Amino acid sequence: MAEPPRFRYIGQHRRAVEHRRFVTGQGRYAADIALPGLLHVAIVASPHASARILSVDASAALALPGVHAVLTGEDLQPEIEPMLPGVDAPEVRRFPLARDVVRYAGEWVAAVVADSRAIAEDAAELVEVDYAPSPHVVDPEAAIAPGAPLVHPMRGSNVIFRREFVWGPVEEDFAAAAHRLSYRVRWGRSATVPIETFVCTAAWNDATNLLDVWASIQMPKFPDLLARCLRLPGNAVRVHFDVDVGGSYGVKRGLKHAILVGFLARQLGRPVRFLEDRLENMRGGDMQGPDRLFDVTLAFDDKGVIRSMRMRALDDVGAYAGRSPFQLGKPVGAIVGPYTIHSVAYEAISVLTNKTPQEAVRGFGQAPTNYAIETGLDKVARFLGLDRIELRRRNLIPPERFPYLIPSGTLYDSGDYARVLDKALAAAPYAELLRQREALRAQGRLAGIGVSTCLEPSGGNSSFEPLFNPKNTTTTWMDSCLIRVDLNGAVTAVMATSSSGQAHETLVSTVVGEVLQREPDSIRVIHADSLSALPSNSPVGSRMAIMLGGAAAGAAKRIRAKMLRIAAHNLGVAEEALEWREGAAVLRADPTRALSWARLVEIAHREFHNLPPGMEPGLQESFVWEVPGGGGLPTPDGRIQMYPCHSFEAHVVLASVDPETGKVALHRYVVGHDCGVMISPDVVHGMTYGGVAHGLGAALMEKFAYSPEGQLLSGSLMDYLLPSAQEVPPITIVDHCTPSPLTEFGQKGSGEAGYLGGPAAIASAINDALAPLGAALDALPMTPAAIWRTLRAAQMARAATESTREPT
Amino acid sequence: MLAPPSPVTVEIIVNGTPRRACVEPRTTLVDFLREHLGLTGTHIGCEHGICGACSVLLEGEPVRACCLFALQVEGLSVTTVEGLAPARGELSRLQNAFCEAHALQCGYCTPGMLIACHDLLARNPRPSEEEIREAIGGNLCRCTGYQQIVDAVKLASGQEAAHG
Repeated sequence: MAEPPRFRYIGQHRRAVEHRRFVTGQGRYAADIALPGLLHVAIVASPHASARILSVDASAALALPGVHAVLTGEDLQPEIEPMLPGVDAPEVRRFPLARDVVRYAGEWVAAVVADSRAIAEDAAELVEVDYAPSPHVVDPEAAIAPGAPLVHPMRGSNVIFRREFVWGPVEEDFAAAAHRLSYRVRWGRSATVPIETFVCTAAWNDATNLLDVWASIQMPKFPDLLARCLRLPGNAVRVHFDVDVGGSYGVKRGLKHAILVGFLARQLGRPVRFLEDRLENMRGGDMQGPDRLFDVTLAFDDKGVIRSMRMRALDDVGAYAGRSPFQLGKPVGAIVGPYTIHSVAYEAISVLTNKTPQEAVRGFGQAPTNYAIETGLDKVARFLGLDRIELRRRNLIPPERFPYLIPSGTLYDSGDYARVLDKALAAAPYAELLRQREALRAQGRLAGIGVSTCLEPSGGNSSFEPLFNPKNTTTTWMDSCLIRVDLNGAVTAVMATSSSGQAHETLVSTVVGEVLQREPDSIRVIHADSLSALPSNSPVGSRMAIMLGGAAAGAAKRIRAKMLRIAAHNLGVAEEALEWREGAAVLRADPTRALSWARLVEIAHREFHNLPPGMEPGLQESFVWEVPGGGGLPTPDGRIQMYPCHSFEAHVVLASVDPETGKVALHRYVVGHDCGVMISPDVVHGMTYGGVAHGLGAALMEKFAYSPEGQLLSGSLMDYLLPSAQEVPPITIVDHCTPSPLTEFGQKGSGEAGYLGGPAAIASAINDALAPLGAALDALPMTPAAIWRTLRAAQMARAATESTREPT
Repeated sequence: MLAPPSPVTVEIIVNGTPRRACVEPRTTLVDFLREHLGLTGTHIGCEHGICGACSVLLEGEPVRACCLFALQVEGLSVTTVEGLAPARGELSRLQNAFCEAHALQCGYCTPGMLIACHDLLARNPRPSEEEIREAIGGNLCRCTGYQQIVDAVKLASGQEAAHG
């Protein structure tokens, strides 16, 4: 195999340029935008999961000194357009404030605007709302049963999307297989829960008819959607992408927040800020993640080679939907994981319930699907009495078969899966884990080793949009970069989206420095606003190393090409005779003849008489990049090229369970990771560590729990538990590099690394620990209570078996 | 509802300088710092004392600025993230190590994390990994998985840390 290419700046340790402002307290987040005369918003939320709103009386609130306005759904809805789902379900209309009906506990009913946040909150408590509670449904299986209360009666059903796909000869493959094994797994309702809640600050200018918005967001097409919902032309909304976003990992969509705040700013003629408190964020921020039941059947031979899979995924999207049903669509692009499964039947069902709406979460639905697949691999191994690692080796796509076409139509670009798994096992080292597992068992603990081998699709192209909605013809999800070289020779690159911790300024300056051979720290990267920006689809779908990195390289190459043309013209030589060296144009045959960076800049900016005929003066170039491979519409049977690049991760975990309490401890955590060429290794490793920690939360701790009445039971960080430094163990990352043939430098995406295989591996370890007792747990999160109940049930079952064996 | 009590003048020594503002008595320390003094480096995360994003030093001890009223610390000395660097344009050893070890991503928990680690190193110049993890156990970070924060504290305390 070819060695990965060598670079000057790419792949080197480099301090992220963003860090300096953050460690000195000089970041600029949406809540830091101080505007004169700023007003503050508090929310009146529904206490009921389902109810009719009989009346809203705001008189006491309005009488409080310092209160400027109370806005209800009755006031707001006629003035704006609804937020619609991405799938074809126009009856499911969402507005920032409910009118007539509330559909989940926590849904916003009214907004109070006051001089301070405290006064607004006081006043919110004085708003009297009369409700008539109505029947509700919180369980997704109950929601699809006949006679279930309808969340949106106009829809006629709680199913917002359902489609069954069949890719390849599923019937034949099942008929020919020696064995079948069916199982059910459940992925619990958790999310990314950034430490910064949603924040939006907006100001309207009557003279210019312009709405300025500073929002804590990570959302494709946010400015366009905001303008449309506010019935404003796109050029009347200016979203400032230069705010630092305090974490997102998918969920920071905040469209309803911005519609509300933008509307209020315009109506009141004063700048307005809404900063969610934590409870508001958890119950009314519309940011809960996938909540899925999988029913899977695998067909396989005596050796454990899996031939076919039937999967039914039922996902509870809550009371409204934006892009959430698409989270069942993205996994279509990696529906067989890293395995040679020959045919697949996949039924995807998104169901509405009276719960807080679902939003995008790291991996966009892939982590739950990976967990479902990996659980099956372990079950097949157990069924056949095979080692789980050996079983994976028998099913992994071998390196010589790339590019590899999976049954659902996606081509995997490159990979060397077994080698990454081997590297992770060697780093553990695996023999030592086996020894430690026995030692822990000898101490009376339940101990297990977990393994997962998972795909991490990257370079988000949103192909699930046309796949899940025939009226949607989206086939491009471009990103862009603009580069300017000023008269003094300094380079500025302009990107068109905000960042939420991904170090995009570091990415762009590294890439531009590489192409132009200029010191990356000398290159300034700025975030445009939506009116000055080129198109972007935001940093979702693990796409920025590929898309922003590709666009920045493209623009830099245009700058370099222009400078080489100027040099060729002035040296009187052919362009091909020149090479680019240390940021200068040098004659290859005679390096003493060269034009320096400064001289080329001077000519471009000042000396029209020295420019080649017809050349535009100045030095500025833009590049808009289409997702590698281009976009296309799905075939009638639902095959499509989903994301273009495929990173891979192999996790190996040693865990133990305290049999008395069900509490889990992780003793060793290794992840082998291949995301092609790493542009910024520190950044990639950081995201991977963070992804593992986030996966640990989803596997063991985090759950938006609801009472049967539809009340959120975990609305604070005291009952929705985030992993701390004491739960997250030291993590060892082992890198491997299989370059992508599709990208500029061989890079693949990595923003979702760690999270995509972590929960599966931790669950695998716990089930290995429970197996000697005949117990198994196939639902996340595996909290101490859930594990304890499983152990208890196994104990009771054993006792019952033993008692029936006793002689009578 | 009663009208809110009259505003009171509160003086706190912030980063070595006496700072004064007239605020509602119920103003929290974090709001006092952010909204009245314009020191927005201290962040708001949960407002119920769990996440640690609003940590500051009060008379040298780390506290949650969301769980204190400004009035409670009248006349006392508070250090925020803006006060950690030895001089303008410079970084403390710890801040420098955070940059070097990539101990942050979105930067939102970072000010609180720096306060917790600064306090740890003041008490214990060469902490073990376990001691570091315990010291930052009350500061939540959603980006890093804590590994590179542990590395940064080791680096700042002159101990070898695995890179990246």
